[in-house]
Amino acid sequence: MDNLKAIIESLLFVAETPLKLDKIKSVLEVADRKAIRDALSSLAEEYESDNRGFFLTEVAGGFQIRTRPEYGRWIRRLKETRPPRLSRAGMETLAIVAYKQPVLRSDVEFIRGVDSGGTLRTLLERGLIRIMGRRDLPGRPIIYGTTRKFLEIFDLKDLNELPTLKELKDLGETWPNDSR
Amino acid sequence: MEHIQDQTLYQVHLGDLFDGPMDLLVHLVKKNEVDIYDIPIASITQQYMEYLEWMKSVNIDVAGEFLVMAATLTYIKSRMLLPSHDEEGDEEDPRMEIVRPLAEYLQFKYAAEDLMERDRLDWDVFLRKGLNGVEAWPDGYPEGFTQVSLFQLIDAFQEIVKRVSPRYFLDVTPETISVRNRISQIADILEDRGSVTFRELFDTEVTKTDIIVTLLAILEMAKLQLIRIMQHVESGIIRIFRG
Repeated sequence: MDNLKAIIESLLFVAETPLKLDKIKSVLEVADRKAIRDALSSLAEEYESDNRGFFLTEVAGGFQIRTRPEYGRWIRRLKETRPPRLSRAGMETLAIVAYKQPVLRSDVEFIRGVDSGGTLRTLLERGLIRIMGRRDLPGRPIIYGTTRKFLEIFDLKDLNELPTLKELKDLGETWPNDSR
Repeated sequence: MEHIQDQTLYQVHLGDLFDGPMDLLVHLVKKNEVDIYDIPIASITQQYMEYLEWMKSVNIDVAGEFLVMAATLTYIKSRMLLPSHDEEGDEEDPRMEIVRPLAEYLQFKYAAEDLMERDRLDWDVFLRKGLNGVEAWPDGYPEGFTQVSLFQLIDAFQEIVKRVSPRYFLDVTPETISVRNRISQIADILEDRGSVTFRELFDTEVTKTDIIVTLLAILEMAKLQLIRIMQHVESGIIRIFRG
């Protein structure tokens, strides 16, 4: 297929969620994963060298075309609605779930030293965390984990892309910003 | 009367200022520019108490967790004052009781900041379809399935109700099965099998209440996006997938 790159580009253009390599493979009925991978990286390079307003990124286990972060402020002006922002408590709780998953509410509360039921519920409603099951403990407490949407929103290929807590600590020799 | 109104007007929850006692402690340690592994416990405890006092004086509702931390700090302070009975000197620094959780909490504060600094979707970077793109089902539709409409779901439900023998409808004993419990059971099934047909979930149900509880559980799970309800294009069978 000599126009493989253009076909893949058209798929990426209409896809609503990150497009998995295997999905592209089954749609195109091309057996060669490497050919697809090459076409994808060639596309990514093209967008880069042409200084396009968007770029090709690998996120949540698939590929997706996204606008460049440096143009975010123009798009925010174009769009009239703003996504609801997470509170500091929400971000803290989300970070704990992301790093400690599968995790119980009591684990989160032990670290934060404060009731976290409401915060967890908000994260659940926003689709950032999910119920993975229940622990075989008295009261069958819920086990929480992060979702694919979490990866999509925070631009992560997978959970392994999160920096380790140790790396963060080394970076964080200075104090965390106090946004209060 | 006016006085009471004033009081309620200015009542603030401590949580609005600090996300719990750990957060307040981090604030104090930072303000004093001290090493968390060498906290001047007497001075920090005193400042912590002054904070609680000030908050009470401006009518802030001090939550229980803040008092627990106050007790812990005071306890550590008193242990620091006691002479050590351990001659070999390998007795642990009493401050470790607060240092360890504080260090762990700080790690996650860094982690949260690191997440915020990433190129966030719908804030820094956008999709062609904008917000809708993210709200869509994570994997798109499974092969051969389409999203089920509310009416198709109602039809399927009516089919199930019809199957139930009318004699069970006379059951008027109060039901103990909760929707929450049923959600947990369905989650377990999906955990094991990945998907299940709509009809199968009602196979074990005999009473009308059971059926309603199961339906409510399915709807609740769909609302929380824990499941996807799909219909096979050819056979029309409704199947429930993990969200």
